[in-house]
Amino acid sequence: MRGHKTVVIDFDVGLRNLDVIMGCERRVVFDFINVIQGEARLNQALIKDRRLDNLSILAASQTRDKDALTREGVEKVLDELSGQYEYIICDSPAGIEWGAHLAMYFADEAIVVTNPEVSSVRDSDRVLGLLSSKTRRAEKGDGTVKSHLLLTRYDENRAAKGEMMKIEDVEEILSIPLLGIIPESPAVLRASNVGAPVIFEERSNAAKAYSDAVSRLVGEQLEMRIQPAERPSLFQRLLRRTA
Amino acid sequence: MSMFSFFRRPSQTRSAETARDRLQILLAHERTGRATPDVLPLLQREIIEVIERHMKVGGDSVDIKIERGDDLSMLEINIELPGATTLAGSAST
Repeated sequence: MRGHKTVVIDFDVGLRNLDVIMGCERRVVFDFINVIQGEARLNQALIKDRRLDNLSILAASQTRDKDALTREGVEKVLDELSGQYEYIICDSPAGIEWGAHLAMYFADEAIVVTNPEVSSVRDSDRVLGLLSSKTRRAEKGDGTVKSHLLLTRYDENRAAKGEMMKIEDVEEILSIPLLGIIPESPAVLRASNVGAPVIFEERSNAAKAYSDAVSRLVGEQLEMRIQPAERPSLFQRLLRRTA
Repeated sequence: MSMFSFFRRPSQTRSAETARDRLQILLAHERTGRATPDVLPLLQREIIEVIERHMKVGGDSVDIKIERGDDLSMLEINIELPGATTLAGSAST
């Protein structure tokens, strides 16, 4: 959306979902594993997004085992892609297994996505530990992977009531810079239902928050703001009551 | 109970503080020694070895627990020594 040539790779082999979220599930012919194993060329497997010219998607395999991903294979694909694209986004599976390991291994920067919830924050801390030890940058000793925190499903009202951890709490515990705060929003489910990224629902607060996060990622200085919760207007409330 | 306590929020709604405190303690421990849980079985085996040099105990009679706290952690080792009757019984067999 900012004009940078970008490719997103799904690393969740066996549980592919990036295609349905992006709404291109019916156009997947070849996947990441096919490319790694030499069964398809990279350009055959890349799916061009219908909404944005400079966005491509590389789907994960739905049937293979995650061990089909090899470090050398991933490196080769990433090298080839880096010639064509400005940003390569590796969508990591949750957890710390092989797929997640390879998604982070070649990274220059990492976005750690966390909910304000104990299990999520604990796991993020573990992942941050791995980012600082089990990546190419860490192993070769040439700097660290720059990590950003993206807090999702944040509910300002519940945080104010003390029912949810505050942004500062999560920030203090994980001690990495905050990239954005995505409010809990019905637009997110709506977006995944129709297979269009939520950022296109421009009027929703989640879209604004994601847009802010992207700006910060590409290097703009932007004040951190919490998008207010979406409140139905009086008119909408009346309509809902009569419906 | 003061007459205003009725208006105060019940304490269970302020669970976010509990979450934060639990995480802080947990992660402080996980960051210092990520391998701590793996040490316990080793410790248990070595303790049994030392004790067995001097007296007869079974592998099941050592119980190791750990309680991680904010300021200090407690390692509790419980060793069950066989009574005189079981000793006599085992000696005769």
